[in-house]
Amino acid sequence: MLDVDRSTPPILFWRGEGFSLEKLPADRSRVIYPPEPLAGIDDVDGAIRDALLNPLDMEPLPALLKPDMKLTIVFDDASLSLPKMRKPDNRQRVIEAVLDHAAAAGVDDIHIIAALGLHRRMHDYELRHVLGDRIFDAFHPRGLLYQHDAEDLDNLTVLGTTDEGEVLEINKRAADSDLIVYANVNQVAMDGGWKSICTGLASYRCLSHHHNAHTLQTTRSLMGHRDHSALHKSIWRMGKILRDHGPKIFQIETTINNSAFPDSFGFLAKREWEWSVKDRAMYLGTEKSLNRLPNRAKRKIFHSIEAPYEMTGVHAGYTPTVHEKTLERVYAQHLVPVEGQTDILTMGIPFICPYNPEGIMNPILVMCMGLGYLFNMYRNKPLVREGGVIIMTHPTYREFNPVHHPSYIDFFDEVLADTTDPVVMGEKWEKKYAEDEWYKHLYRTGNAYHGVHPFYAWYWGAHGQQWAGKVIIVGGDPSTVRRLGFTPASTMDDAFEIASDVVGRSPTISHLHVPGVLVADVQ
Amino acid sequence: MKALQIKRSPMKFGLARLTSPVLPAKVSALDYRSVDDPDHPGDGWQRFNVHLAGICGSDLSLVEGHASAYFEDYVSFPFVPGHEVVGSTDDGTRYVLNPVLNPAARGVPHAPADDYAHYATGNLEPGIQTGFCCSTGGGWAPWLWAHESQLHPIPDDMPDERAVLVEPLAGGIHAALLAWPHVERAIERGEPAVVVVLGAGTMGLAAIAGLRRYLPAHMQIIAGARYPHQIALAKAIGANEVVQAAKLDRAVRRATACHLIGDGSSAYLSSGAHVTIDAVGTSESITDALRITRPRGRVVLLGMPADVKLDLTGLWHRETEIKGAYTYGTETLPDGSTATTFDLAVDTANHYQAERLLSATYRLDDHVDALAHAAAAGRRGAVKIAFDLRKQ
Repeated sequence: MLDVDRSTPPILFWRGEGFSLEKLPADRSRVIYPPEPLAGIDDVDGAIRDALLNPLDMEPLPALLKPDMKLTIVFDDASLSLPKMRKPDNRQRVIEAVLDHAAAAGVDDIHIIAALGLHRRMHDYELRHVLGDRIFDAFHPRGLLYQHDAEDLDNLTVLGTTDEGEVLEINKRAADSDLIVYANVNQVAMDGGWKSICTGLASYRCLSHHHNAHTLQTTRSLMGHRDHSALHKSIWRMGKILRDHGPKIFQIETTINNSAFPDSFGFLAKREWEWSVKDRAMYLGTEKSLNRLPNRAKRKIFHSIEAPYEMTGVHAGYTPTVHEKTLERVYAQHLVPVEGQTDILTMGIPFICPYNPEGIMNPILVMCMGLGYLFNMYRNKPLVREGGVIIMTHPTYREFNPVHHPSYIDFFDEVLADTTDPVVMGEKWEKKYAEDEWYKHLYRTGNAYHGVHPFYAWYWGAHGQQWAGKVIIVGGDPSTVRRLGFTPASTMDDAFEIASDVVGRSPTISHLHVPGVLVADVQ
Repeated sequence: MKALQIKRSPMKFGLARLTSPVLPAKVSALDYRSVDDPDHPGDGWQRFNVHLAGICGSDLSLVEGHASAYFEDYVSFPFVPGHEVVGSTDDGTRYVLNPVLNPAARGVPHAPADDYAHYATGNLEPGIQTGFCCSTGGGWAPWLWAHESQLHPIPDDMPDERAVLVEPLAGGIHAALLAWPHVERAIERGEPAVVVVLGAGTMGLAAIAGLRRYLPAHMQIIAGARYPHQIALAKAIGANEVVQAAKLDRAVRRATACHLIGDGSSAYLSSGAHVTIDAVGTSESITDALRITRPRGRVVLLGMPADVKLDLTGLWHRETEIKGAYTYGTETLPDGSTATTFDLAVDTANHYQAERLLSATYRLDDHVDALAHAAAAGRRGAVKIAFDLRKQ
């Protein structure tokens, strides 16, 4: 963490498919940087092998594999990692190792399922990237590698109901299996554990128990202690049902470090005052080049980036035990101790969030990324005080990917024109979008997010929306920003001026520096 | 008298067509000049002193040289344009003009309804309406000849600024009531009826007013508008949803819970509106209307389309019905009662206080500015532009 003084250089902010350098007020601003990347595991394949043979609170994988069994391997979809990791992906390495054991045991009824939840179906090239050619070519042509379909009602099974009345309904093939092996990439603390299956293989009915405005408004935070998260408490209740009434699950969780960008974007990972002449030149060159390009070309460049992530941990076995170990590794990488809250939180919104791999960061996703993800990057309490101001930087163009986000377009035009209140929109509009046959068709057969997904993206920011006294977007299209319920500002100075109505003339400021993931452990 | 008059001049029509996009009304076959008073057409005709005379889209297309060759034998040159007229007879009684030169006015009282020979024959020179006929004069002049069958009385307390909107409102109401058979069928089937109005200029707003006032209240009206003031007016008059034309297909899809098949401007709705009223009349608007209207639905052409280029494959496949909506007459309302469209229009004009649609008035000698304003009405935040003859 850096306390800003008069000698502090301007600080880097993401602005979608670009950057800006912003001068933060001296003596009352601080910059929270992500920790340095942890060292990766030297022998990744050896570590995976060891995890499979020495699992936590379960028998070794080979002991669970029988020739006549029904084995289902499930993996996280393309919403992770961000950016996509350089090949070979953790999931490929893990699943290849699992398949080796399965082959040795003579298992021949194997299905591999992408745990999409209500996300869009992955393109074949994305499946190849995540799983590698060997797995794709062996399973996909035979229909044994496919993607979960939350609207395929004939292929969903109810496993039970929690004490709170939450119905656990998941993929039938997985539910009927003798063993599920789940391969994940745990990039942030929110993911993994029971959430993997209870969301990734769930139906809309099942997800709606916790993916709703009330639950997300009472989730504090998504990245911190589980008992502060209504979302996770609901999912863990479902996890108990899964454990007691579902198939045996062999959970394999992997963690990665903070090496999100290759050397050509090295300046992104450094503190500004540590920038070398080369870093400055790279920044200026990159910024100038990007400014000359249309958005489409900029997106192509950024989405083609492959992150040099390194695996920092791999654990396998009984889900809760595995996940505790995983969280230790995640927090070891992400936690930054921070003293107290500030009046203002600033954050640069990047070109990507979990819901637009290969796509456009549309205005709803800007809200989701800012208030849903970055605001929630805390443990204990938010970086900004209740009633404080959140300032984001992003162009917030009114652009949508019609293939990936068809219902987002209507959500923006119809729902946000009516209300930005997550509770109201949930009651008034959600059902219509969730049951829309066109959206269902595009979700099931194309590459579209489920019709209800923009609601979930909006709910994700519900806590931040409630918490902040004002949200300002610097550099965004004014009318689009207003439609989100936020205040547009042309420059960071204008934003501070606007914020002064809420937090006065000398507010304290925290800047959450991305890229690199961090979780501020606010005391 | 001094009046605005159009003479037959192919060269000027051609030049107007070329220059109107950049210099609207600067070059045209329309001139402000001294014209001979038209001869008295005969019994039943009286002098009608013009108070206000509106500028209609069909007037503009004539002035700009875009009118269809179809009309060549249904007009007689030189003529004084202007058919949206409120004025008074010499005894001071105020009327709005029903400009249609009906069989009685043309001296062909027994003309069959399905034979338009009377428009080119009878006692008058050819002309479908006052404002296109050299025998009667037109509204862009201090006075014209009006047949007694053309004079529609208005209440004493109805201001001229409201009354001048009666004629366009009548056109919109007529189009709106052409939607009723399909709306009725939808209601009988228990479907939520959806009618779309493309365009929110004067005629689009008039159609919305007609739909809202005379068709069932629970019917959903979706309008496509381009400019903020049009959006505000369309909502104020009663459209449930008003969107930019480019977003109309999605709005109709949402309302009818159907699929959008294909991409971009070639995408068709799998179902769609029961009726679409096109108040624009361009190739693009008719194409859009066909895309968003459900199979076996109806497209009502309210805006005068002239020469358009269309891919009619979708119409053929979906058995879409295209229905022209020209002027007015006697209407049958959903409850089975009948009324003249002009009576309904007077009622509608009073109900909506239609003077809010009259954006500006000009003197006849300011016709270049007036026509330029009318040609760019939407962009300039206006709706209806009219000539004010009361002080001339």
